[in-house]
Amino acid sequence: MAVSQLIGAKIHRREDPRLITGHGRYTDDLPHQGVVHMSVARSPHAHARIRSIGVEAAKKAPGVLAVFTAADFKDVIGGPATFPVAPVFAPNKQTNPPRYPIAAKEVCYQGEPVAVVIAENRGQAADGAQLVDVDYELLPAVMDIEEAAKPGSPKVHSDQPDNIAWDATYVPWEATDEAFKTADVVIKERILQQRLSPNPMEPRAVMAEYESFDKRMTMWMSTQNPHWIRLFVSGALGMGEHALRVVSHDVGGGFGSKISPYPEDYLVPATAKLLGKAVKYTETRTEAMQNAYAGRGQIFDVEVAAKKDGTLLGMRVTQLLDAGAYIGTFGAFQTCACLMAGGAYHWKAISSRSLAVLTNKITTDPYRGAGRPEATHVAERMMDLLAVELDMDPVELRRKNFIREEEFPFTQNFGLVIDSGDYEKAMDKALKIVGYDELRKKQKEQRKQGKLVGIGLSTWIELCGLGPGAVTGPATGGVVLSESAQVKIHPAGGVSVYVGTHNHGQGNDTTHAQIVADTLGVPIESIDIRHGDTNEGPGFGYGTYGSRSLAVGGIAILRSCGKVIDKGKKVAAHLLEAAEEDIVFDHGKFHVKGAPDKSKALGEVAFAAYGQLPAGVEQGLEAVAYFEPPNFVWPFGTHICVVEVDPETGAVDMQKYVAVDDCGNVINPMIVAGQLHGGIAQGIAQALFEEMVYDEESGQLKSATFLDYAMLTANEMPEIQLDNTVTPSPTNELGVKGIGEAGTIASTAAVINAICDALSPLGIKHVDMPATPDRLWELMRRARGASNGNGKEARR
Amino acid sequence: MKHKVATTVNGHRQEHEVEPRLLLVHYLRDVVGLTGTHIGCDTSQCGACTILVDGKAVKSCTMFAVQAEGKKLTTIEGMATDGELHPLQQAFWDEHGLQCGYCTPGFIMAAAYLLEQNPNPTEDEIRRGLEGNLCRCTGYVNIVKSVQSAAKAMGGAIAKPAGRPAVTAGGE
Repeated sequence: MAVSQLIGAKIHRREDPRLITGHGRYTDDLPHQGVVHMSVARSPHAHARIRSIGVEAAKKAPGVLAVFTAADFKDVIGGPATFPVAPVFAPNKQTNPPRYPIAAKEVCYQGEPVAVVIAENRGQAADGAQLVDVDYELLPAVMDIEEAAKPGSPKVHSDQPDNIAWDATYVPWEATDEAFKTADVVIKERILQQRLSPNPMEPRAVMAEYESFDKRMTMWMSTQNPHWIRLFVSGALGMGEHALRVVSHDVGGGFGSKISPYPEDYLVPATAKLLGKAVKYTETRTEAMQNAYAGRGQIFDVEVAAKKDGTLLGMRVTQLLDAGAYIGTFGAFQTCACLMAGGAYHWKAISSRSLAVLTNKITTDPYRGAGRPEATHVAERMMDLLAVELDMDPVELRRKNFIREEEFPFTQNFGLVIDSGDYEKAMDKALKIVGYDELRKKQKEQRKQGKLVGIGLSTWIELCGLGPGAVTGPATGGVVLSESAQVKIHPAGGVSVYVGTHNHGQGNDTTHAQIVADTLGVPIESIDIRHGDTNEGPGFGYGTYGSRSLAVGGIAILRSCGKVIDKGKKVAAHLLEAAEEDIVFDHGKFHVKGAPDKSKALGEVAFAAYGQLPAGVEQGLEAVAYFEPPNFVWPFGTHICVVEVDPETGAVDMQKYVAVDDCGNVINPMIVAGQLHGGIAQGIAQALFEEMVYDEESGQLKSATFLDYAMLTANEMPEIQLDNTVTPSPTNELGVKGIGEAGTIASTAAVINAICDALSPLGIKHVDMPATPDRLWELMRRARGASNGNGKEARR
Repeated sequence: MKHKVATTVNGHRQEHEVEPRLLLVHYLRDVVGLTGTHIGCDTSQCGACTILVDGKAVKSCTMFAVQAEGKKLTTIEGMATDGELHPLQQAFWDEHGLQCGYCTPGFIMAAAYLLEQNPNPTEDEIRRGLEGNLCRCTGYVNIVKSVQSAAKAMGGAIAKPAGRPAVTAGGE
C-alpha cells in the first residue's frame, strides 16, 4: 500500500524539536495576560466533620482577591456531570457516595478541598490558603480494606449505609466445584498489589478564562482526554459543550492519572466565571501525591486446582479493591483483573469476584495497565507456585497449558475472544536469548555455593485497544469507546489531520503521520497531526488510555483517509474524463484502470475539488470517520528476569532482563521500544521500590514527596534486552495491537518470580511487593529461624 | 521589600525587582518568561529545573533568585543558536531520549555539565551522573544512549553551550 513506506520505519519524532529546545506548551508554561492564581486549602485530616470555615484572615492577606468555599459554588457547579461514575459490570451492590469538588460538611480524605484562595501571584495564593481557618471534629479514619468491609466498621462517609463500593461476582464459585473436586493439587495464595502513586513528571495544571459577553469558557489543562473533560465540566457548569473549549497541548505524562476529572477541573473554571478573570491552578508535587488518583491498592485471594501432570483445572479469585473515598470515574475498569486472571492458559473453569471497599484515602482509578498488571501478577505467580508444588519446570508448566497458536480466535473463560497469538513462539525466543537451559545449570552450581540466584518468567497477555461497544458500553454507562479522526486536504495539497486521541509522550503525532503518509502517498512533511483542542476536528474524541491510540485511533485515521480517497475518485473521474468506478488510487495518484501513465496527483485533485465540479459532486476534500473496534486487541510476550539476592542484606541485583513482545505489526519500532522501556521500568519500580504508605491511625500519607516515595533513577535501572515476534491482529486493517502498557503489565511478575525462585532454597514461596531489602531480609531471617526449628511460618 | 537582581541569562542581561523569597526557577519562568525550565517536585529530587549557573549544573529550585545576582545562567533555551541544535539536543532527538518531554530540559542541562566534567564517561558514570534527575517515561534506557551518542558526536571535546560565554579560568 505504501509509496513512502514509512510504516515500519524508525522515523524521528516530529514533536521533539519544541520539547528539546524548551518550547513545549505544557499548561503552566502558557503565558496569559492578567492571569490570577488559585491555591487550594485542603483537609489535613483523612476524615473529619467541618464545624466552621474561617476565611476572613485569608481574605485580608496581601494580594488575595477572593476566597471561596462550597457555599459559593452551589449555584455554579452541580448536576450529574459532577464526577460521574462508570457503573461496574454487573454489580451485586453498590454504595456510590456523591462527590462534590469542594467539601461542605465532611472531609473524607487527606487533601480534600475545603476552600480556594485566589491571589495575584502563586506565592500570595499559597500564603492565603495557609490562613484559612477550619474547625474540624475528627472522625475515625477507615484505612484497612479488610476491616472496612466488615459489618459494623466505622464508615468512610457518615451519611452512607456502609463501605461496600461494589460487590460483583462474575462467575459463581459453584462453577468451579467440579474442577476443585477432581483436582490432585490445590494451592492457595494471598497476593498483594500495593497502592502506587502514578507520578507523571508534570504535575496537573488547569487554567480557565471566561468571556462573559460571549458566554464562552476556555480551559487549558493537563489531561489525557480533553473531550471527556469538556463533557463533564460543561455539564456541571450548565453551559453546553459548544460554549466550552478544552485545550491540552503538551502534557507531561499521564499513566492513567489524567483521565478522570479532578476537583480543580471544576473549581478553576467556576472561579474564573465568578471572578471574571483568567485563573490558573498548578499543583505542587505533594498535592499531586496526596490527590492524584492512585493505582492498584488490591488484595487477591487465589486458589488454583490442577492435576498432578500440571494440567490446569480451576481458579477461584477474589479481588479486594481499595476504592478510596469516592469511586473513580473509571475506577470500575480495574475489575478487568477478575476477567483476565487466567492469563495465557487453558482452564476448565474460573470463578471470580470483585469486592471494592471505600476507605478514607484518595480514590483509585486506572493506572498504567489498570487491572491487567494485577491479573498477570496473579496468573504468573500462581503458575510458579504450582510449578514449585509439582516440582515442575515453570517453562514446561506454561508450555503444557498455553492456548495454542491454532486455537485463535480463542474464547476464554469469561467469554472474551482473544484475537490472535503465538505464546510458545515468543517464550521460546526469550528462552533462547536468555540462555535458559544454561542458566538453570549454572543456578544449580551457584546454589551449592550458597548463592541466591533466581530466574523468573512472565508469559503475559493483555486486552487493550479500548474498546468494543458490546463490552465498553455497559462498563461506561452507555458510551462506546470508539475513536474519531478528520482528514482535510487543502486546495494546495497540505493535509491536516485531527485526532480524538491525545499525545502525552506516546509519539502518536509521529506514528499517525506515518499512517497518513503511506495511505495518501504524500510526503510526511505535508501532514499536520493535531490533537488536544476540542474546538478542532470531529464532535467527540475519546482520548488516550488503554493502549488505544494506534489500534483504535489509527484505524479511524486510516478510514478517514479512505473516505477522502473515495471522494477524490469522483473528482479524478471528472478530471480524467472517465467513470468513477474505473478510477484507481495508487501511490498518491489517481489514474484510469489500465492507464497509469495518465494520472492526477492527490494535490491536483485537491485543487480541483475546491473548483467547479460536475452536478452532484460537492466541493471539498475532507472526511470524518469513527471507528468502533469489533474486539479488543491482545498483545502478548515473555519477559525473563534473572536476579541475585544478597543473603546478608536482602538487596536485589538484577542481572538480566529479556523481553520478547508481540504487538502485531509495528508502525515505528523506535517508539515501540521506548514504550516498553518505560513500561518495564514502572513495573520493576513497583516490584522493588514503590509504595504509598499511610499512617494507619491518622490516615496521613507518609510518602508524599519524592524523598519518601522511591522513584527509580538511572542508577537502579538494569539493562533490558528487547526482541519481538509479529502476530498481526485480525481485528483491524493495520494488524496492529497496543504496546503502551505492556511493559508494566508484564514486568512485576517476572521480577517477583525471579526473587521467589532465588529464595526458594530457604523455603520461601511467596514475596509481596515492593520486595525491598528490609522485607527480604526479614523474610530470610524468619525462614532461617524456621529451618532452625522454631516453627514460625516463613512467608511474605 | 523587593530586591534588585541582575543576571545574564543565555547571554542577555536581565534586571528585575523581585521578592526575596522568589525561587530562581520561578524567576526564570514567571519573570524572565523562559518556561523551558520545568518544576516537577517541591523537594529538589526531580531535577526538571536543572540549569547552568556559571557553568555548573544547579537545580534552580534550590536557589533564590537574589542569590543569582551577577551570575551567568544558561537554560535549555540557550543551548541552541541559529537553528543549530546542541549535540545533546540532537542526540536526544536521534536516540528517542524523550517521551513526554517534561523532564528533558533538566536532563539535557545535567548532561551538559556531566560531559563538560567528563567528556568520555562510561555508562556507569552517566547513570550516576544523572541520578539527580527523574524520568517517568523512558526507563532511562534511551537517555543514557543519548548522552553516549552526544559524547561521541562531540568527539570527547568539551562542548560549550551556545549563548553562554566560555567559562574563564577559575570558573568566574
